[in-house]
Amino acid sequence: MAAPLALVLVVAVTVRAALFRSSLAEFISERVEVVSPLSSWKRVVEGLSLLDLGVSPYSGAVFHETPLIIYLFHFLIDYAELVFMITDALTAIALYFAIQDFNKVVFKKQKLLLELDQYAPDVAELIRTPMEMRYIPLKVALFYLLNPYTVLSCVAKSTCAINNTLIAFFILTTIKGSAFLSAIFLALATYQSLYPLTLFVPGLLYLLQFLGFHPCSLWLHINVFFYTIPLAIKLKEHPIFFMFIQIAIISIFKSYPTVGDVALYMAFFPVWNHLYRFLRNIFVLTCIIIVCSLLFPVLWHLWIYAGSANSNFFYAITLTFNVGQILLISDYFYAFLRREYYLTHGLYLTTKDGTEAMLVLK
Amino acid sequence: MGLLSDPVRRRALARLVLRLNAPLCVLSYVAGIAWFLALAFPPLTQRTYMSENAMGSTMVEEQFAGGERARSFARDFAAHRRKSGALPVAWLERTMRSVGLEVYTQRFSRKLPFPDETHERYMVSGTNVYGILRAPRAASTESLVLTVPCGPESTNNQAVGLMLALAAHFRGQIYWAKDIIFLVTEHDLLGSEAWLEAYHDVNVTGVQSAPLQGRAGAIQAAVALELSSDVVTSLDVAVEGLNGQLPNLDLLNLFQTFCQKGGLLCTLQGKLQPQDRMPAGGPLRAAQTLLLMLLRQASGRPHGAHGLFLRYRAEALTLRGINSFRQYKYDLVAVGKALEGMFRKLNHLLERLHQSFFFYLLPALSRFVSIGLYMPAAGFLLLVLGLKALELWMQLHEAGVGPEEAGGTSGSSPARPATQRVGLASLVAPLLISQAVGLALYVLPVLGQHVATQHFPVAEAEAVVLTLLAVYAAGLALPHSTHWVLSTEAPDRSWMALKLVALIYLALQLACITLTNFSLGFLLAATMVPGAALSKPSGPRPLCAALLVLTSPAATLLGGLFLWQQLQEAPLSLAEGWRLFLVALAQGMLEHHTYGALLFPLLALGLYPCWLLFWNVLFWK
Repeated sequence: MAAPLALVLVVAVTVRAALFRSSLAEFISERVEVVSPLSSWKRVVEGLSLLDLGVSPYSGAVFHETPLIIYLFHFLIDYAELVFMITDALTAIALYFAIQDFNKVVFKKQKLLLELDQYAPDVAELIRTPMEMRYIPLKVALFYLLNPYTVLSCVAKSTCAINNTLIAFFILTTIKGSAFLSAIFLALATYQSLYPLTLFVPGLLYLLQFLGFHPCSLWLHINVFFYTIPLAIKLKEHPIFFMFIQIAIISIFKSYPTVGDVALYMAFFPVWNHLYRFLRNIFVLTCIIIVCSLLFPVLWHLWIYAGSANSNFFYAITLTFNVGQILLISDYFYAFLRREYYLTHGLYLTTKDGTEAMLVLK
Repeated sequence: MGLLSDPVRRRALARLVLRLNAPLCVLSYVAGIAWFLALAFPPLTQRTYMSENAMGSTMVEEQFAGGERARSFARDFAAHRRKSGALPVAWLERTMRSVGLEVYTQRFSRKLPFPDETHERYMVSGTNVYGILRAPRAASTESLVLTVPCGPESTNNQAVGLMLALAAHFRGQIYWAKDIIFLVTEHDLLGSEAWLEAYHDVNVTGVQSAPLQGRAGAIQAAVALELSSDVVTSLDVAVEGLNGQLPNLDLLNLFQTFCQKGGLLCTLQGKLQPQDRMPAGGPLRAAQTLLLMLLRQASGRPHGAHGLFLRYRAEALTLRGINSFRQYKYDLVAVGKALEGMFRKLNHLLERLHQSFFFYLLPALSRFVSIGLYMPAAGFLLLVLGLKALELWMQLHEAGVGPEEAGGTSGSSPARPATQRVGLASLVAPLLISQAVGLALYVLPVLGQHVATQHFPVAEAEAVVLTLLAVYAAGLALPHSTHWVLSTEAPDRSWMALKLVALIYLALQLACITLTNFSLGFLLAATMVPGAALSKPSGPRPLCAALLVLTSPAATLLGGLFLWQQLQEAPLSLAEGWRLFLVALAQGMLEHHTYGALLFPLLALGLYPCWLLFWNVLFWK
């Protein structure tokens, strides 16, 4: 499987290199959908020049990155484009190996439950085969690398890409079972932006699965943290799916979200390919997300350049985009739960008097 | 989440969409067109009113009396121009200086991508002359512009004369709070664009212009004047600018106020306005004016020098003096007084014009339709595309019940992944080929003009237009070449997937276009939506093909030209119409390169490939 992955990496690096050399690079690095005040490359450069002058980088109220980032780029500033291409490649490779291992775990668990007769008799078509799961890691890497959102974030040199790499490595080390490394990467990711802290819960649940022990934790505060308890209760047996949902919630509810955050959880869609048949609104939601992505630049132009619209138009589209994402995630969540229900209760449901039954989420 | 997750309601909704799809689509389309036509009539139109407080209730007493001076300036200008053949720069400099302005000149030059046959120019170079009247007690932070575009065939002599006389009059007043720039440009809009780019220190169209020696602050508003006779019977106002951008409605309201005060007759789109007491030719005239504005805004051309100012957020209008066969004539003093009044009121502005509407339609000079009222028309048209797409999606997924309902769909589920996989591959080829043809349409005509002139006995401009038409027609042969690329095992239903993608692509493009230029979006939606919705491989193929060809972007352009001339009460014969069409194609490409007009790239790179996808669907084997 190394050859296709290498090919995908080569294509991805070519696309990014081509864009870095074109005149679009400047234009993209100023788009507000791609860089935020927390992740903009221009601000990193500002911080670095302040550091070179011997002044604290934080004294200008412009630079909001962490000291580790500034020291990293202090040595690598001349190779900035290469650094960002390598981070994207590393993220893809980490996701590839993570999903490869995860598929093995899933298949083993499925076999165990089948032998223990935990599944209903008529669910043959819901059982996953190694054949269909063979190309999923490659698809995940492909999805991440060739996603327009990821390419735009890389060309804009948004430090969101580095955050994505750290989260990807956190996922890899969690699935491999190494608590120590997983804690290090989680700490680094949380150090850069506070939100990955919520990934502690699924990471803990996954690692403790092998010990056969399920504690609960109490989290309060903001929207990002608020969903962690209910999700932990509902998804305590499926920590990787929980992690996926949590990453999605982080990227929806964080302040200053950008498309780079969206790209990370979108890379996981091939892993949940088997849920496709249970998704209810995938058409409408895909249309909403594509339409909003296209309307962002149009309304920005009308607001800032033409001066005829105002900020309400742009924020309306932001709101619609977020609503679309929320509905998409809840669709996946619902589909996952349905599949689990069918697995244990049978695919062809009948009510007491023999007529066909329907599942309704109340 | 009831509607989205409750299976009973979903099934009912899905059945409704599928069964009533055709009637709903027809109803929606008719509603869209009817809504638009109803925009000309009272409940949907409102009377215009001045929104900007600073320009509202101040009384102004115009004192301009320099009619004789204006006429003598005009005569001198005409004489010097005839003698030198180009703009008499030295004379203009002398005269502006004698009137009391700070005078500067600016040289500019550019090479057009191919020779312009209508204006007979290729390598253009000229000089702009402008004089700045400094406000005596202000800090030169804001300015107003009065511009007169002069070209080889547009004899704007009286406009120059009036401008100079006004400058002399303004120089003697003490109430100016903003600087006033009096600008005379050579080669019409090319000079205006060169001046504006140098003034704002940008270079978007590749014109080589010398940097400006004198500046006067941010331009708040501008008026472009075109007068070719000593007396006028009416003043025509043009508002549509580059890419359909419109000035703030308050500027138009200002002009209309002063025309009413001075008793000047004003026309919009060349049509007389109904007086309130006598609604002569009422509803039909309003609909005609509305359609004329639609066509003008959709063309995206700057209909006057004002169109180029709008891009730099300076609200601007063009005033044209018309001398027709009416009996009552106004002399230059009346026009001068109206301009004086406008400039005095603009002088009172504290901020840029922003209170009134930026998006509107004008069925009459004193009536407008705001965006909230005209957008539903476009919404209804795009709804047709949405309904069709939804229907196709449901048909592709075993209509009605969703895939998660286990019962009846289990039998076809092994087949569905196979269908989807092949469907995806057979989608990519038509998409890539259509986009490639669109790219060829955009790039080849200008790039290949020299090759074409070497092999064929045509001039460059003709070569460009003929290449354009050739590539466009070659696209019609596409369905056959797509089938060479694809394997012959493309399953029966993959045309549905292609049509779904094409519908969404068209809807996206039309939505984005409608937001920035409503007229263009609405016109393209009204023509392309029926063809798009009705195209399918089965059914009466010649009829559908004819409909699709008649509603393609080029045919819309041709039809638009005929409609335009018909509404102007100067109908065209077929031959004249075709000639005008070729001229319009050449002008469209030139304007894209000289001013950055977006109609040509939008049609070539966006809508034509989309139309080709529907053509592909129609001829699917």
